[in-house]
Amino acid sequence: MSMEAAISVSDLTKRFGDFTAVDGITFDVKKGEIFGFLGANGAGKTTAMRMLCGLSLPTSGQANVAGFDLYKEPEKIKKNIGYMSQKFSLYGDLTIRENNRFYGGIYGLTDQQIKEKTQFMLEHLHLEDQADTLVRALPLGWKQKLSFSVSMIHDPKIVFLDEPTGGVDPITRREFWSMIYEAAHSGTTVFVTTHYMDEAEYCDRVSIMVDGKIEAMDSPSALSKQYNAKGMEEVFVQLARKAIRSDN
Amino acid sequence: MKQFLYFIRKEFYHLLRDRRTLFILFGMPMAQILIFGFALTNEVKNSRIAILDNSKDEVTLSIIHRLEASRYFTIAENLNSYAELEPVFQEGKIRLAVVFPEQFQNSLLHTNEAPIQLIADATDPNVANTLINYASAIIMDYQNSMKETKEFPYVIKTELRMLYNPQLKGSYNFVPGVMAMILMLVGAMMTSISIVRETELGTMEVILVSPIIPIRIILAKMIPYLLLSMVNIASILIISVYILEVPINGSLSLLLFECFLFTLTALALGLLISSISSSQQVAMLISLMGLFLPTVMFSGFMFPIENMPMPLQLLSNLIPAKWFYYIVKDVMIKGTGLETVWKETLILIGMLVVLLTISIKKFKVRLE
Amino acid sequence: MRTLRILLEKEFRQIFRDPAILRLIFIMPIIQLLVLPLAADYEVKDINIAIVDQDHSSYSRQLTDKISASTYFNLVIYTHSYNEAIRGVEKDMADVVLQIPPSFEKKLIKENEAKLFMALNAINGVKANLGGVYLRSIINDFNGEVRLDWLQFPRFNPQPLIRISSINWFNPLLNYQFFMVPGILVILVTLVGSFLAALNIVKEKEIGTIEQINVTPIRKHQFILGKLIPFWILGLLVLSIGLLLARIFYGIIPAGSLLTVYLFAAVYLLAVLGLGLLISTYTETQQQAMLISFFLMMVFILLGGLYTSIDSMPKWAQIFTMFNPVTYFIEVMRMVVLKGSNLYDIRYHLLIVSGFGVFLNSWAIINYKKRS
Repeated sequence: MSMEAAISVSDLTKRFGDFTAVDGITFDVKKGEIFGFLGANGAGKTTAMRMLCGLSLPTSGQANVAGFDLYKEPEKIKKNIGYMSQKFSLYGDLTIRENNRFYGGIYGLTDQQIKEKTQFMLEHLHLEDQADTLVRALPLGWKQKLSFSVSMIHDPKIVFLDEPTGGVDPITRREFWSMIYEAAHSGTTVFVTTHYMDEAEYCDRVSIMVDGKIEAMDSPSALSKQYNAKGMEEVFVQLARKAIRSDN
Repeated sequence: MKQFLYFIRKEFYHLLRDRRTLFILFGMPMAQILIFGFALTNEVKNSRIAILDNSKDEVTLSIIHRLEASRYFTIAENLNSYAELEPVFQEGKIRLAVVFPEQFQNSLLHTNEAPIQLIADATDPNVANTLINYASAIIMDYQNSMKETKEFPYVIKTELRMLYNPQLKGSYNFVPGVMAMILMLVGAMMTSISIVRETELGTMEVILVSPIIPIRIILAKMIPYLLLSMVNIASILIISVYILEVPINGSLSLLLFECFLFTLTALALGLLISSISSSQQVAMLISLMGLFLPTVMFSGFMFPIENMPMPLQLLSNLIPAKWFYYIVKDVMIKGTGLETVWKETLILIGMLVVLLTISIKKFKVRLE
Repeated sequence: MRTLRILLEKEFRQIFRDPAILRLIFIMPIIQLLVLPLAADYEVKDINIAIVDQDHSSYSRQLTDKISASTYFNLVIYTHSYNEAIRGVEKDMADVVLQIPPSFEKKLIKENEAKLFMALNAINGVKANLGGVYLRSIINDFNGEVRLDWLQFPRFNPQPLIRISSINWFNPLLNYQFFMVPGILVILVTLVGSFLAALNIVKEKEIGTIEQINVTPIRKHQFILGKLIPFWILGLLVLSIGLLLARIFYGIIPAGSLLTVYLFAAVYLLAVLGLGLLISTYTETQQQAMLISFFLMMVFILLGGLYTSIDSMPKWAQIFTMFNPVTYFIEVMRMVVLKGSNLYDIRYHLLIVSGFGVFLNSWAIINYKKRS
C-alpha cells in the first residue's frame, strides 16, 4: 500500500442473503483528497460506506482505512475517522456545548481541548449565542453544519459524509462545501456521497456506482470528456440508465 | 365510499405488517386469560405450616393428622422448641404455626379444657386470617367428633346452595374482568398510538389534504381495531367456555352487543387521548396510567370496590370498565337479560356519546 | 474510565431533561403508593344479606336481629318472597340469601330439628365461602341459645373444650397496607429498571444516534455500562423515595436492616436491567419495546405474588414463579421490612437473583451487536 492512500479497497463485497449489495469494488482514495461517491438510490453507496466505517462486516475482500486493516484493527480505524450519517445524529435534548463535550470526550480529548475546540467551532459557525440552546431547537441547516463540525472534533484523518446536504437550502450547501474544502486543506481526507451533481463537480475525484459495482472513476472533468458530456449530470444519467436494480 | 374502503385497507396493512405488535395484541388476551383463569386465585390452599408439639399424645397426633389431610395445609416443619419458631418465619418457610402445650391430652381429659396456640405470619393479613379460620374449623371439627356419640336436641340444620358458581371457580370472577382489560387496552391504547404515529411521521398531513372527510378518517382508524377487538372477544369467549368451563348463561347476542358497545367506548377514549398527546410515548403513558391501571383497579374484579375509601368509590363510577364488568357478570354468568342491565347499558351509551363528541370536536380543532 | 464518565454525564443530562421520565420517577411512586394500597384491599367485610322470612315467628325475628347486629352483615332486604331476594342477588344488591322456611319454629320445638336454606352468590368464590362460614357460626350461636332456653344446664355433661388462641406475628393489627406497600415498591423499582432502560436504548436506535456512537471508539461494554449505571442509580433513588413515602404515609419502618434491603435491591436491579437491555436488543421501535415490556411486566407482576399467594397457584405457575425475579424481590421486601429477616435469611434469594443477573446480562451482551 502506498503511503499516499488514505483508503485502499480491493474486491470488497457485501451480500445480504441472495442479494449482492456491493459487488467486488476496488479503489484507492488519496490523502487529503475530496472523494465523491456517487450512485443512484440502491446502488450500494451507503452499504459500502458503512463497511468502511466498521458499522457492517464485509462478506469478502480487503480494505485498509487510515492505515489500518478493516478486519484486524477496527477499533484503531474508529479513532481515526469521523462520520456523519444521513440521519441527524446529534442529541436533540443536549445543548451544542454538551454535544461537543460528549463526542469530544468519547474520542479521548482532554477538557482543555474540548473547550478550545468548542470555542473555535462556535466562533466559526457564528453560534456563540446558541451555545447553550438545545440542539433540536436549531434550524436544519445549522444542525447539519454542526454535525459536520462535531464529526471533525477529534481531527480525524478521514471523514465520511453520507449525503450531508440533503434537504438544505443552496446557500447553506455552499457554506457547507466551503467547510469541506477547509477540512481537506488541513489534510483531512473527505469521503462524501451525494445526489447533487453540482456538488460532484466540487470533488477532486468521483466514482459512480451502478448495481453494486463501480462503473466509472476519475476526476469530474476527465469523466465529462470520456463520456462526451457537458457535466457530471449527463455522465451520471448515462451510467445510471444502465441500472437493472430499481430504486428501493 | 370507495375511497373510504381504501383507507380501511391501508389501516389493516399497518396493523398486519407489524408482526411483533400483532403477536402481542393477540397473545396478550390468551396469556391473561390463562394466568387469571388458572394461576391467580384468592383461594388459600397448600399453605406451609409448622407444628410445635410439646405433648406428642394421641389427641395432638390426630389433630395434626387432620390438619395434614386437609387441602389447605402442608406440614413443612416439625419443631422442637419455641425458639425455633421465629427463624422459620423469618426465612419465609411457613405461614402458620400450631403450638400444643405439654400434657395436652391429660388436661383435656381431666380438666375438660386444653389450649392450642395458632401463630400466623400476618405480613399478608388476609392469608393469616383465612388460615386461622381454617385451622380453627378443623380443630373444632375434631372437638365435635369427640362428643359425637351424644345425641343433641333442637338442631338447626343449614342447607347451602352456591348460586351461579357451585364449584367456586375463580375464573367466573376473572373472565369478565379480563375482557374489560383487553378491550380497553386494544381499543384505547392502540388507536391512540396509531393516530399519534401518523401525526408524528407527518403522513397525517397528507391524508388531511386529501378530499376525504375527517370523520371518515377517524372511522377508518377505528374499524381495524374494532375488528381486532371482536376477534379477541371471540377468542376469550371460546377459551372461557371450552377451557375454563365458564358458561355463557345469558343471551349471546346481548353479550356481544355489550362488548361491541364497550369497545366503541374504548376507541372513543383512544381518540381523545390521541388528540391530547404530542408523541407516541406520551400517548402510551397516558393510556397506561390513565386507562389501564384504573381499569384494573376500579372495575371491581380484582379489588372489591366497597372496601375502598369513599373518594375512590366515587371515582370508580367514572370508569367505563366498572359498568361493563357488571354487565358481563350479569349477562354471562348470572344469565339475566336486558331488564337487569339496562341502567348500566345506558350509562355506557352516555359515556360513548360524550367521549365521541369531545374527541371529534378536538380532532376538528386540530385540523384547522 | 474517562469515556465512561463522559457517557454517564450525557445520560444523566438527558434523563433529567426529559419531563416524562421525571414525572415517571417522582410522581408515579407517589400515586401508586397512595392509591394502590388504599384500593387494593381484599378483606371480606360488609356482606350484604337478604333474609327471606316465611315463618314470622319470634325465633325467626331473633335470628334476623342477631344477623343484622353482627359486624359482618348488612341486612339489605327483608322479605317473605324468595324470588324477591334472588332478584336482589341478580342486581348485585345482596351477596347472601338466608331463607327461614314456614313453620321453622314449630318444627324446631316439636320435631327437634329444623332447616334453614342459604344461597350464596358464588361468582366471587372467596366472598361466598367466608360469607357462608360467618353465617353458619352465627346460626350455631343461635342454636346454642335456643338449646339453653329449653334445657337445664346441669343435665348436660361438660364437654371437652379446646380453647384456640391465635396470634398474628409481624403485623399484629392485620394492616393490609403493611402487606401491599413493600410489594408496590418492588413494582416501581422493576419498572424503572427494565421499562425505562429498554426504552432509552431503543430510542437511540430509532433516532439513529446509535449509528454515530457505533463509529466512535467506544467499547461495547462501556456503552452498556453507560446505559445501565444511570438506571441502576435511578432504581435505587426510586426505592429510597418509596421507602420514605412508606414511612411518612403508612408509618412503615423496616424491621430489618436497610442495608439488607439496599444490598438486595442493588443486585436485583442488575438482573432487571439485564432484562431491559435484552428487550432493547430484540426490538426496533419504542412502541414495540413498550408493548413487550408491558406484556412481560404484567406476567411477572401478576405471577410474582403481589396480590395472590404463590402457594395457592397450580404447579406449573409455581414453577414459573421460580424463574421470575420479581417473586424473589417481593418476598425479600416483605421478609426484611415486616419480619426483620437478615442477610442470612435471604441468602438463597440473593444467590438466585445474582444468577439471573449474570444470565440475563450475558445473553443481552452477546445479542447486542455493534457491527452487523
